[in-house]
Amino acid sequence: MKVVKKRVAAWFGGLPFGLLLAANPALADLQLNMPKGVTQISREVYGLHMLITGICAVIGLVVFGAILYSVIRFRKSKGAVPAQFHHSTTVEIIWTIIPMLILISVAVPATKVLVGMYDTSKPDLTVKVTGYQWKWAYEYLDEGVSFFSTLAQEDNYARQLGSGRNVKDIDNYLLNVDEPLVVPVGKKIRFLLTSNDVIHSWWVPDLGWKKDAIPGFINEAWTLIETPGVYRGQCAELCGRDHAFMPVVVKAVSEEEFQRWLAEKKGPPAAKDTAAKTDEPAPTLAALTMDELMSQGQQVYQVHCQACHQANGEGMPPAFKPIKGSPVATGPVAQHLEVALKGRAGTAMASFAHLSDQELAAVITYQRNAFGNNVGDLVQPADVRAAR
Amino acid sequence: MTATTHDAHHEGPPSGFLRRWLFTTNHKDIGTLYLVFSLVMFFIGGLMALVIRAELFQPGMQLVDPYFFNQMTTNHALVMIFGAVMPAFTGLANWMIPIMIGAPDMALPRMNNWSFWLLPFAFAILLSTMFMPGGALAGGWTMYPPLMLQHGMALPFGIFAVHLMGISSIMGAINVVATVLNMRAPGMTLMKMPLFVWAWLITAYLLIATMPVLAGAVTMLLTDAFFGTHFFNAAGGGDPVMYQHIFWFFGHPEVYIMILPAFGIISAIIPTFSRKPLFGYSSMVYATASIAFLSFIVWAHHMFTVGMPLSGELFFMYATMLIAVPTGVKVFNWIATMWRGSISFETPMLFAIGFVLMFTIGGFSGLMLAISPADFQYHDTYFVVAHFHYVLVTGAVYSIIAAVYFWLPKWTGHMYDERLGKLHFWLSTIFVNVLFFPQHFLGLAGMPRRIPDYSTQFADWNMVSTIGAFGFGFAQLIFLWVVIKCVRGGAKATDQVWDGARGLEWTLSSPPPYHSFSEPPTIPSGETSPR
Repeated sequence: MKVVKKRVAAWFGGLPFGLLLAANPALADLQLNMPKGVTQISREVYGLHMLITGICAVIGLVVFGAILYSVIRFRKSKGAVPAQFHHSTTVEIIWTIIPMLILISVAVPATKVLVGMYDTSKPDLTVKVTGYQWKWAYEYLDEGVSFFSTLAQEDNYARQLGSGRNVKDIDNYLLNVDEPLVVPVGKKIRFLLTSNDVIHSWWVPDLGWKKDAIPGFINEAWTLIETPGVYRGQCAELCGRDHAFMPVVVKAVSEEEFQRWLAEKKGPPAAKDTAAKTDEPAPTLAALTMDELMSQGQQVYQVHCQACHQANGEGMPPAFKPIKGSPVATGPVAQHLEVALKGRAGTAMASFAHLSDQELAAVITYQRNAFGNNVGDLVQPADVRAAR
Repeated sequence: MTATTHDAHHEGPPSGFLRRWLFTTNHKDIGTLYLVFSLVMFFIGGLMALVIRAELFQPGMQLVDPYFFNQMTTNHALVMIFGAVMPAFTGLANWMIPIMIGAPDMALPRMNNWSFWLLPFAFAILLSTMFMPGGALAGGWTMYPPLMLQHGMALPFGIFAVHLMGISSIMGAINVVATVLNMRAPGMTLMKMPLFVWAWLITAYLLIATMPVLAGAVTMLLTDAFFGTHFFNAAGGGDPVMYQHIFWFFGHPEVYIMILPAFGIISAIIPTFSRKPLFGYSSMVYATASIAFLSFIVWAHHMFTVGMPLSGELFFMYATMLIAVPTGVKVFNWIATMWRGSISFETPMLFAIGFVLMFTIGGFSGLMLAISPADFQYHDTYFVVAHFHYVLVTGAVYSIIAAVYFWLPKWTGHMYDERLGKLHFWLSTIFVNVLFFPQHFLGLAGMPRRIPDYSTQFADWNMVSTIGAFGFGFAQLIFLWVVIKCVRGGAKATDQVWDGARGLEWTLSSPPPYHSFSEPPTIPSGETSPR
């Protein structure tokens, strides 16, 4: 019996370890399960998850119990004499039919939830989501509002190799963006998902689903958020080097607050045709000095260019070409402007026309004079305006 | 037959290292080559896993660039799947199938030599891409376009390597089919074959059917990248989702290629150490065949989030759930075999029981993943990582280790060190659960897979998982030591080795003669199926 006890204790060797974790107050807030989320659908998905987990747990108890019983009861060392039976059609039929019935009992509710998730009809609001390496673009289709959502700068500095920052000091590290998607609560929001380069996947666990954003395809999904709050998620499909660094942040607000935000976002009609970015000072077309352009350009570069073209401008060939010594950055300004404004078809280089004239002027000037390019010319906001 | 020709037929291996190993057509030598190669790859792939887990020990980037991290995840998978697990099973097939069915060798010995010797070249090419400008493949082992097309030199080299691995696998599979169908000893009817042979016969058909599909998919990637085609480029009228359908039409049967032979091994070990015939032999054969059939019609459950129509989503959900039925039958049969047996716990049996327990955990999470609406949450998270590592590490790898302990005395003529074997089992089993069980929690809490850095809320379980990874990794060095020690010497093994062992391989001496069953053995008629 001593041996049995020893062996059983060893089987559960992992258990004290688990208890240790559970008992440690510092680890008490460990999340072990799927979030219930904040929508009807997410709660239904959670319910399905708990149902199937429960069924597996019960079957597991029976199966593991039978194994445990066998290895304790039918031991050769205890003098067990082997029976010689080796077949029973009845038993085989029973353990084929019972699992079938259990499966059907799960398939029925699962089908109902799935049908609900696929019903994207009659939305109150439609948002187009476009994946880019490595950021998201949001476009409110009926409102003419669109913007990019990128990893927040503080997180972006901290996540660099050898940044020296303690990432535990940053709240929601890697799940912060410069500009969240703002949506009203209590409204059915339809998402149209696509991508500009490679396949991404848009996921907020609290909404209960993820959906792939695929170039050339438009996928549909919907949600109806009940509770105001900030909900965080991230890209779920491997999309290259910075896959881990393109979070999704959804801010759900009341309808009134959403309308206020939308009106502010649309801005005064006059500024509309120059830039979508209204939280910045009105763009000036006054000429700037080299120093001004270079310092602003470096900031813009870090936010918008660095992920692919790298801090040293050497890029990651062949997918992401270098800017250092490149024919575009050292050649005619007109060509450089065109690449920045229109992108390069068939490559990962997207259009950056959504940036303001001044931002583009600054970053192009920076690219032409940093990394030893030293072309020496200045690009002014007016030049960008003229090239649009 | 005269005495002289008889003796000539039983001569030992050729002298000289190259003549013995490079030019060998002997199924036992080729089996050994496969197994040694697989062990080397297991440690290389394991090192890559440790790089991954080391970076994930804490949040923040400490050790490697994110792009290098992606190279590690991609190559860890390719090395483990195509370099470790598949060649190990092929090695076991080479060693065991002829001596299990009473055949003198594999049916196509020269092709056997070629199919092994392609592999070192294939992996030399694959691993060399790590030293090329732009680095190795980093788009995941699934190689989805358009991401895959952003690679540099690694792409054509990687694809060529995959082609070589595919050719090697197909040739190995053809050899198994030809051997099993043509070379059985008189009286060894199909329904008398050991389940390991049955499982491999079915696996071989899966390989022959699916490896060309993979070759086609990667060839289309190659022409998209270099020859101006647009198979997967939406801007050129192609379809990036089509790649995923083609890939998973290969990829899902591939999952069963890596688990059916494991079922066969477990079906040999459990009866031996329970001293009782396998329960439900014929239902085991039918269950294996059903799983193989179903594996061809469930591929899109890997793609629930790509935006399939509702009807497609439902079909693949139902079909996938159905696989639980024959898989359940197998688990129930193993338990019924142990039931009222006389069980002893030598190392192979420990690994086999560990397999049944932990493979079942992987089966449960697989059933959960089959529920399409819930998969919208689970998909591409650490929950999936936990699932397939339970199936592949505590499933496939555990079965391979169990098989090595089971047959090592037969191969070498020496008993392995039982004490070290048990130590290896307990350390592996404790650490592998510390490694993979917390990953369920991470996935449910929302941690995506294939990321080098994560939000601080995931920090604790990642740290636990990394500790498990290093523990499990180092425990495998014990295995290496046990194998080396056993090859070099040890207590003499008897012919039967295990008192409960049944089957033709145990009628041969330990180690078996270089050429065995030159004359077919007699299989008593009317006897129940060998185990």
